Amino acid sequence: MNWSAVRAIYVFEMARFFRTLAQSFISPVLSSSLYFVVFGAAIGSRIDEVEGVGYGAFIVPGLIMLTVMTQSISNASFGIYFPKFIGTIYELLSAPISFLEIVMGYVGAAATKSMFIGIIILITAFFFVDLQIEYPLAMLAFLVLTCVSFALFGFIIGIWAGSFEQLQLIPLLIVTPLVFLGGSFYSISMLPPVWQTISMFNPVVYLISGFRWAFFGVADVPIAVSLLAIGAFTGLCLAAVGWIFKTGWRIRQ
Amino acid sequence: MPTILSIKNLRKAYEDGFEALKDVSLDIEEGEIIALLGPNGAGKTTLISTVCGITMPTAGSVSVAGHDILQDYRAARSLIGLVPQEIALEPFENVINTVRFSRGLFGKPRKDGVVEDILRRLSLWDKRDNEIRALSGGMKRRVLIAKALAHEPRVLFLDEPTAGVDVELRKDMWEIVDQLRADGVTTVLTTHYIEEAEAIADRVGVISKGEILLVEDKVKLMARMGRKQLDVQLTQPLSEIPKALQAYDLTLGDDGWTLTYSYDTKGERTGITKLLTELAGTGLQLRDVVTRQSSLEDIFVSLVREDEKEAS
Ligand SMILES: Nc1ncnc2c1ncn2[C@@H]1O[C@H](COP(=O)(O)OP(=O)(O)OP(=O)(O)O)[C@@H](O)[C@H]1O
Ligand SMILES: [Mg+2]
Repeated sequence: MNWSAVRAIYVFEMARFFRTLAQSFISPVLSSSLYFVVFGAAIGSRIDEVEGVGYGAFIVPGLIMLTVMTQSISNASFGIYFPKFIGTIYELLSAPISFLEIVMGYVGAAATKSMFIGIIILITAFFFVDLQIEYPLAMLAFLVLTCVSFALFGFIIGIWAGSFEQLQLIPLLIVTPLVFLGGSFYSISMLPPVWQTISMFNPVVYLISGFRWAFFGVADVPIAVSLLAIGAFTGLCLAAVGWIFKTGWRIRQ
Repeated sequence: MPTILSIKNLRKAYEDGFEALKDVSLDIEEGEIIALLGPNGAGKTTLISTVCGITMPTAGSVSVAGHDILQDYRAARSLIGLVPQEIALEPFENVINTVRFSRGLFGKPRKDGVVEDILRRLSLWDKRDNEIRALSGGMKRRVLIAKALAHEPRVLFLDEPTAGVDVELRKDMWEIVDQLRADGVTTVLTTHYIEEAEAIADRVGVISKGEILLVEDKVKLMARMGRKQLDVQLTQPLSEIPKALQAYDLTLGDDGWTLTYSYDTKGERTGITKLLTELAGTGLQLRDVVTRQSSLEDIFVSLVREDEKEAS
């Protein structure tokens, strides 16, 4: 294992993040503040409580998940797509490293960035709503797992993508709808029964439900099922990465 | 000298089925500078990319200092530095971090002294904190070289390092390659500029259509293949070649002021004595006589032409 290479990639990628620090933070903080104002204050004044939790606080976990998932995907997919696009990938391919080290460097950096942003939003939330976290450790574990698994997913998209359009395609067509319909801003139990059933096919529901449980101790689905779902998703991504590693798909001709 | 790079029966067919390398074998000795000459599309970059791990070989084997590039890729690749043909750099990072990144990527511990030395050699030290995008094209090329040298490789591949580079920078690069040789680094470079091969290489390989046509010591090659030219400069211009001299392979140039005679240095008789005797017989007044060695360029062009003729 070439740890020095993993560190080099990680540091180089994080440097990109810190170069654009203001941008990296301002946009998620601003947009989540807007959510708090619009959903929390405007709509929240009419919904006052969901499952015993004030609506402003109720949307915090979903909002963090929403941001963290999209950020993980875009950071990781861009991180590996950019070297392909500008040609610097030649250096990764000619270095004495395996695909594993490349994945660890890029996915690690992407996950770290979205962790940062997730935590920043959490801090922002404390300014807007009265918030208590029931199981802080579980919350952190869920956050880390989500960041890593979605960064893995983003990495695969970045390897697959042959153009900037393709890079946006899957997040836009699949991930954003799933995340919005995954119960970020409502409880699944608020839906009519048909939609409740349909929602059960949305993997994001399990992640948001589990994450919300860590905050408030209430969940749409049992916590074990949530854990299973995120475990399965991570496993799927790892398998795909392993396959890419074996075949050199879209990397080495 | 021991062999540092050994290429055996290497074949490379791209996904579309195009065979860019057909059975290439080549041994490169430690410490030498070898230039690969070849027209566009000959397979020079493909050869380098395959050795360096950027593309996968279709058949054959390559080893670097005894390490197979597939089975033992970590050991093999850590000995190699690559300067690609196209400039590819992270535009927003600065020079020194870009070079440090390369060193780390190749598994070497951070050593600021080594990086500083490389940057100074390449006249980049003053630019170390500049963003890459703010550098000129020539400086970007130097950064590519600095990156390739960052992990102190023993074999350096330079894929057309001086394409689009001004004369001064080209001379600088030759000097750098020369210094590297002094440190025992083996250099493989590809080029279109024959004078480049002539100026710095110990050996020259000619590659065309995926095949190595010839690899030979530069001096021997020029001696073996070399033709020479004898220019006879006259005091009076001629309108045509005198009848008495028409048996010779002569051309009249320089508006009739110069007669040029081409001859083969390999031949036992060059025909010079006879020509000069007959010249005296014509009563022409000579101002000067000059001989010229034909360049690698002439050799190269004739080799590739022959190859094309054979193919058709
Ligand atoms: N990725 C690829 N897929 C298919 N064919 C390719 C690919 N890369 C190169 N080729 C083909 O392989 C042949 C050799 O290309 P290569 O780049 O090795 O030539 P070269 O000798 O480096 O040329 P140049 O002097 O122009 O750089 C060319 O005919 C080229 O079209
Ligand atoms: Mg080339």
